[in-house]
Amino acid sequence: MEYDFIVAGGGLVGSSIAYGLARQKYKVAVLDGGDRSFRASRGNFGLVWVQGKGWDYAPYAQWTGQAADLWPQFVAELVNETGVEIDYQRSGGMHFCLNEAEWREREREMEMVRQHTGGAFEYEMLDHDRLQQQIPQVSNTVLGASYSPQDGHVNPLYLLQALQQGMDAHQVHYYPNQSIDRIEAKQGGFYTHSTEGTLSAEKVVLCAGLDNRRLGEMLGMDIPVVVDRGQIMITERLQPFLNLPTLHVRQTAEGTVQIGYSHEDVGLDDGTSPSVLKKIARRAVLMFPFLARVQLVRAWGALRIMTPDHNPIYQQSTDCPGAFTVTCHSGVTLAAMHSGPVAEWIGGSSRPDLINQFSTDRFNVSPG
Amino acid sequence: MFRLVDETSVDTLKLSIEGREYDVPVGISVAAAVLLCGITRLRNTPVSGSPRLPYCMMGICFDCLMTIDGFPNQQACQLEVRENMTIEIQQGAAELLQQR
Amino acid sequence: MKDHYQLLVIGAGPAGLAAAAEAARLGLDVALVDEQKAPGGQIYRNVGSIQEPVSTYLGKDYLRGKPLVEEFLQSGATYINSASVWYLDERLETGLLIDGASHFITAERLILATGAQERPMPLPGWQLPGVMTAGAGQILLKSAAMIPSRRVVLAGSGPLLLLIAWQYLQVGVKIGAIIDTTPGSGFSKLLPYLPRALPAFDYLLKGLSFILAIKKAGIPVYKAVADLRAEGHESLESVSFTTGLGDGNKRTEIDMEAETLLLHQGVIPNLRLPLAAGCELEWDALQQSWKIVKDIWGQSSVDQVLVAGDCAGIVGARAGELQGRLCALQAAHQLKKIDLQPRDRAATRIKRSLQRHLSIRPFLDTLYPPAKAYQLPDDETLVCRCEEVNAGQIREAARMGCVGPNQVKAFTRCGMGPCQGCLCGSTVSALIADETGASMEQVGYFRVRPPFKPITLGELANT
Repeated sequence: MEYDFIVAGGGLVGSSIAYGLARQKYKVAVLDGGDRSFRASRGNFGLVWVQGKGWDYAPYAQWTGQAADLWPQFVAELVNETGVEIDYQRSGGMHFCLNEAEWREREREMEMVRQHTGGAFEYEMLDHDRLQQQIPQVSNTVLGASYSPQDGHVNPLYLLQALQQGMDAHQVHYYPNQSIDRIEAKQGGFYTHSTEGTLSAEKVVLCAGLDNRRLGEMLGMDIPVVVDRGQIMITERLQPFLNLPTLHVRQTAEGTVQIGYSHEDVGLDDGTSPSVLKKIARRAVLMFPFLARVQLVRAWGALRIMTPDHNPIYQQSTDCPGAFTVTCHSGVTLAAMHSGPVAEWIGGSSRPDLINQFSTDRFNVSPG
Repeated sequence: MFRLVDETSVDTLKLSIEGREYDVPVGISVAAAVLLCGITRLRNTPVSGSPRLPYCMMGICFDCLMTIDGFPNQQACQLEVRENMTIEIQQGAAELLQQR
Repeated sequence: MKDHYQLLVIGAGPAGLAAAAEAARLGLDVALVDEQKAPGGQIYRNVGSIQEPVSTYLGKDYLRGKPLVEEFLQSGATYINSASVWYLDERLETGLLIDGASHFITAERLILATGAQERPMPLPGWQLPGVMTAGAGQILLKSAAMIPSRRVVLAGSGPLLLLIAWQYLQVGVKIGAIIDTTPGSGFSKLLPYLPRALPAFDYLLKGLSFILAIKKAGIPVYKAVADLRAEGHESLESVSFTTGLGDGNKRTEIDMEAETLLLHQGVIPNLRLPLAAGCELEWDALQQSWKIVKDIWGQSSVDQVLVAGDCAGIVGARAGELQGRLCALQAAHQLKKIDLQPRDRAATRIKRSLQRHLSIRPFLDTLYPPAKAYQLPDDETLVCRCEEVNAGQIREAARMGCVGPNQVKAFTRCGMGPCQGCLCGSTVSALIADETGASMEQVGYFRVRPPFKPITLGELANT
């Protein structure tokens, strides 16, 4: 076998896993897509986000909280190894509520996350006055916000770049422009047939996002992937006004303002639509009236990789042991988890307590 | 830096650049006016602060961004001069304007 | 303005004007949208209201725009001026911004005639105040009757550079020098194209007359130029380069004072709207630029979209006008306003004339190829003027495994600024291809995304 591991997919998930495996001294190859592949990693918002996540699934609430706690150490090591600055800040984060109903719903979800995590998740509900003390530009129509000091943000593109530099530093073989025709399990290993030709490895990890369903079938895994389009806009650079991210509006280190977000089921179409852009713009202007005069530089659509219950999938194939998949949409927040505990689990040196909670078995429970 | 081909018989209007008043021909773009008035830079970039003047004059390069009548990052080559227009050098990133 | 037309034409240069006028004549309900206040595009900019003496200085070719503008204005086509197209997608929803208000228009057919832009010419110091494009110099002359007041230096290659030199000479501008960066193409490379070019002999004669006028005026012309740099601290102070015939011959270093430097190395299609509509792209090795895949009628790979003029591949103003007419005939045929036979009859003469005007292109493209040095600039030269990314950073990203411009952009911010890659797109793809050994087609181009013209969030929210 040429490699210990072949990782299919070089986005944030695949790069985190590959980087984590290579740090355990495994010999790793990454098969990445091309310049125009669907890339959630190039379209996302850059939040390292805890608040609200897993309110309806306790293991995910705990998992996300652990990931966010690993981030400071993860960044320190990554920057140290690669020299790539990734603009990470654990600044805390907010979710604005525009009316009573949103506020009550939000408060309920935040409380559930706190309970799921045995109080490890910290949050506060800020009324309008307290919110305005922190962010003077916020409009009077914003009723309040949920706040968690455990949230943060990062430049997701620089994060991907750092992970790829990190892979390079640990001698990962990176193959761009690959399309994988077939993966075979034979002779105690795995053979990938892609643009590059045939590569072999002891084990294989599917981190190919939307393509995981197709690749999984080749290895006896049923990986339910659902496409979910989000549209995002970015503005011209502004003087600093927002020192922490909110779920809908985030000011980057460069000064541009990222504005999201939306959910649409439109299949494999990563375009934009005027009606959704308009809605996103409206909400942003409602929250920050001064944004009305700010110019848009770019708008785009990107496809999230969703599972039916929105929670991650970590699975080793029962039919083809040695074949793993990591399928999830929160590639940024979970990067610290993926390059650490998950890569160690795949590498065979340890097993996170919660990992069983994220197997595909949860989709196969027959209704009682 | 630039001058008019024919300096006689031109209708002019008054505007201000960096607080100083100028008479410029009616109908020209702000970027043309800036060049005509001998201004040596119209913005400092938000990245390195380096000075710039108009480059393409046709709306594609976005190097002629100025603060015009209080609005930041306006394309000076795409806007026609108006009487009493207030034109300022764009210093780096845009200021926040409160919506009234 | 209505919210639906049978045909929407975008761009009021020669191709768009002809398309709209022809379509209106054929009975189509047509609107033409353009960002300028008056029709003419860049080439015939301001031609409707140009005054003496500037009109004389600009020459006969420029004034040819006058009857075309007249024809359009009298055609009955709806003219939507001072309107920028900020949005277009593959469903062909077209968003216009007029006076701070956004409107959406639909149409059964779209003719895109968005013209050309100058090929970026990245060289050390091209971002300095005082360095502009030759086209910018021309726009100042056409729309503001302005000329450089002191010493101007022209550098680069191509017919437009000669044209502006000639125009400046007519007005009495002091031209310090013409720095010809055209790589020595050699007569042998040109020969095969010469017979094909002969039907358009007038183009050749015109070029020759410019060259003679420049020679007669005694303007120094430097050839076989390398190491061209714009130098200065806060603004352009001097232009330096080496000149000489290579092959072991001694090169002369020259450093000349200049207050204005106008750069030009040909024009390339303005691709953003065709790409936004989903039109397929191909690489033209002779023109060293991307063009839109189309047939003789201008039909693109997208059923409802036709493309005319320079935006689909550089053809020049006269050929663009003829392509616009063919597009209109085809759109009228598709929309059942004209049968096949009358369409073909009407097209015969247009096609013959188009052939004549196209025949000169391969010759011109071979005569004035862009120099490698300004397609693949040195590491320290700025490529992305907005985000200030240099060629070295792009090469490094390509070495790291970035196989295309979109990944390079993600890692370097190159192309993320307000111009959205218009000034760096061609250079970035060329640098990646050179560094990775891939073809331009394999490397590809930036993905375009709205907005295509500035719009504020408030304007968008009130759409």
